[in-house]
Amino acid sequence: MASQQLTVVGGGLVGAAIAYGAARVGVRVRVLDQGDVAFRASRGNFGLVWVSSKGGGMPRYAQWTYDAAKLWPTLHRELLSLTGVDSGLLQPGGFWLGFSEAEVAARAELLEKIDREAGGIPFKMMEPPELRQYLPDLGPAVVGGSFGPIDGHANPLMLLRALHKGLREKGADVITGIDVEKINRTEASSPFDILSKDGQRWSSDRVVLAAGIGNARLAPQVGLSAPIIVTRGQVLITERLKRFLDYPTNKCRQTREGSVQIGSTSEDVGLDDGTTTEKIEWLARRAVATFPALARARLVRAWGALRPLTPDGYPIYQASEACPGAYLATCHSGVTLASAHSLILGPWVGGVAGTPPEFDAFSGDRFAGPKASFSHDH
Amino acid sequence: MTIEPLFSIPRSTGMKTVTITFEGEPLTVPAGINVAAALLVGGAHEFRTSVVGQVPRAPYCMMGVCFECLVEIDGVPARQSCLVEVRNGMRVRRQAGAVDLVDINCGENHG
Repeated sequence: MASQQLTVVGGGLVGAAIAYGAARVGVRVRVLDQGDVAFRASRGNFGLVWVSSKGGGMPRYAQWTYDAAKLWPTLHRELLSLTGVDSGLLQPGGFWLGFSEAEVAARAELLEKIDREAGGIPFKMMEPPELRQYLPDLGPAVVGGSFGPIDGHANPLMLLRALHKGLREKGADVITGIDVEKINRTEASSPFDILSKDGQRWSSDRVVLAAGIGNARLAPQVGLSAPIIVTRGQVLITERLKRFLDYPTNKCRQTREGSVQIGSTSEDVGLDDGTTTEKIEWLARRAVATFPALARARLVRAWGALRPLTPDGYPIYQASEACPGAYLATCHSGVTLASAHSLILGPWVGGVAGTPPEFDAFSGDRFAGPKASFSHDH
Repeated sequence: MTIEPLFSIPRSTGMKTVTITFEGEPLTVPAGINVAAALLVGGAHEFRTSVVGQVPRAPYCMMGVCFECLVEIDGVPARQSCLVEVRNGMRVRRQAGAVDLVDINCGENHG
């Protein structure tokens, strides 16, 4: 059987990772990408490859995240050798740092619960003397922390570049400047009829919605639902500094090139990706409390980026029953999950692998019904 | 390495000047110009070494955007020399690679 045509709507980190994963196993792939006018969560990402504390309310998500972290080196090496683009992966382990005993106790409880329910997600709680063995410049305001041995970070922009270059290497068709307006399922042998706002048209055997915030509008057209909340994350960037921080933390990370990235806020402000003085000050104070030496660093940039979140903060991965061949992929951790999106989701949506185990957990049906009420966890 | 300058400023009578030093060498330049312009007029070709590749760099944009013109001014590292006005007695040195937070000892003056 000739391989089927898969169309991925969205060329950000989620769409590009899934598309690359399908293309690498021989699926004919087309990516319809909105272009630079899009709210690019991929371009404002904090860049952590992060397992710790994820999935407190959904053990399957904790496992999925853990699997993704373990698969990351495979994707990183493959993209580097295929494209020459270094996604910047470093996985030395990562630290969460707390300012109060209550916060640290709650953290320990959460990590124990996730470890127990998800069947083994390693972590270690540490007191300040032990933390200082890894983070010698830690300030006195930090009273405790946790260490996740598989946590790390990458360069989101270089990852996006590597995936796009990899797509081209694998013969995928990446079409930019496309605002997908309408997706119809027809009786034709290649059933999906995709229309763009500017009147272009494509047919496809399969379609994946990976359009971030845009999924909310497109999902109902293929019989699915993508309830999406938008949160804004503001981030600060310092000048390049000599290495003083060997591990990523939840407050800041030092990139391989030397900049320190300080983040991040989580704000509900609608479709506003700007920055505010108040939040910049809060981030800067928090970073200096964590590492006092940062008081002497100069900031060179600040940005805001919008992240799509579901009501509970966990992804939706779902095959449409009403429109077979249509899939939905909505998540906010485009960097951490890139490896799983490529190596596991890609073959599934491309029709060359079955549904991954226990994937019902990610169905968007969990948001249906009158009793569905959530607070997001991310 | 100050050598033959690539730039010059036309002298006019009565022009005020200030004297700064670059790597210890005195430079007398018109008052009111920025440090990057002063160093270029003085023949400086290498302002700093880059952070990642350790190669020599010089100003590119001259308008505060490119961060290529970083120098140490009066002990404060990594200043954008195109945005700082020359002052009599100012001590300017090359910026070697990235700023070392641990070595900085410049209190309130930093920035």
